Amino acid sequence: MLTLQFISYNQIANLEPDDRIKKLLSFVKQDKIVLLEGRLRDEEEADLIRKTMEDIDEKFTGIELGVVHPQDKDSSLYKQIHAMLVRLLLGNRNGFTIIGPANIIQEIKKDPDKIQLLMKDQQPPPTKKTSKKKSKK
Amino acid sequence: MAFEIFKKFIDKFFRSLFRGKKKIRLGLYGPPNGGKTTLANRICQDWLGEDMGKVSNVAHETREIQIKEEITIKSKGKELSFNLVDTPGIATRVDYEDFLKYMGEKDAKSRAKEATKGIIDAIKWLDDMDTVIICLDATKDPYSQVNITIVGNLQARNIPVLLVANKIDLKRADIKKIESAFPQYKVVGISAKYGTNMDEFYEELLKMA
Repeated sequence: MLTLQFISYNQIANLEPDDRIKKLLSFVKQDKIVLLEGRLRDEEEADLIRKTMEDIDEKFTGIELGVVHPQDKDSSLYKQIHAMLVRLLLGNRNGFTIIGPANIIQEIKKDPDKIQLLMKDQQPPPTKKTSKKKSKK
Repeated sequence: MAFEIFKKFIDKFFRSLFRGKKKIRLGLYGPPNGGKTTLANRICQDWLGEDMGKVSNVAHETREIQIKEEITIKSKGKELSFNLVDTPGIATRVDYEDFLKYMGEKDAKSRAKEATKGIIDAIKWLDDMDTVIICLDATKDPYSQVNITIVGNLQARNIPVLLVANKIDLKRADIKKIESAFPQYKVVGISAKYGTNMDEFYEELLKMA
């Protein structure tokens, strides 16, 4: 079963950058796909990759990361400055971020406004043929 | 937040103050297998007559920061001296099982371990670059989040960027897709392997200095 864990920006807004990343990674390590409202700052995204690399072992092979961040290209200068100030003060709450475990998500494909999750093939369940053989014995 | 903005301003000020006096540190960044080391070798061959690092088809061949000092390039009366820093490809996943078709389990695990360390180092070195060339495989999807994260981090640090669309010798190469993904930057299409369009690449590099 696949679990999508929604995290609103408010849930991480007051955390220190390190704690934000730890929180997000803790869900991913439980094999959950995190759907975060908004996006992390650029430096935090780099820190997320760095922390992921520090934690990689034979079981945890990393993450797949995708951000959908619609931008209004036609907005006026005033709106752009306003949006920038809101981002600086309150964080970037536009769009959303998907972070999933690499052992479940093969790839996240992205166009500017569309996102596709390619999942890894699941192991097929054991065939009935094998169990029949066992019962004959 | 105010401190971060002030720090960036100070960083930019000192970077511009010393740009003309010290050797520029020119970083090569990008995802694995984009051709960073092939490009580094091409630059070193063109101006020093020697290679910089080993190249292979297996991802994460470069797992340590490599530096070649004192490279001077010249074009149309202009000159630029720099130290070239070739970095390991940045990725969000490293699975030793991906290497098993090329090597034994022990070597694959060791390679994966070194690759994760290399990625951490590459991220740490972002702060130490004066100018960066982002080397992308022009046959691959440019919208990957790793590319966007690298570009965003360089923008946040006010580090000048030249985008290279490598492997244009391949039929599937699509420079326009890279241009539309990163419209804020100049994109130069090259084939580092065959030395295609390197003159334009050097001219653009000199314009940035």
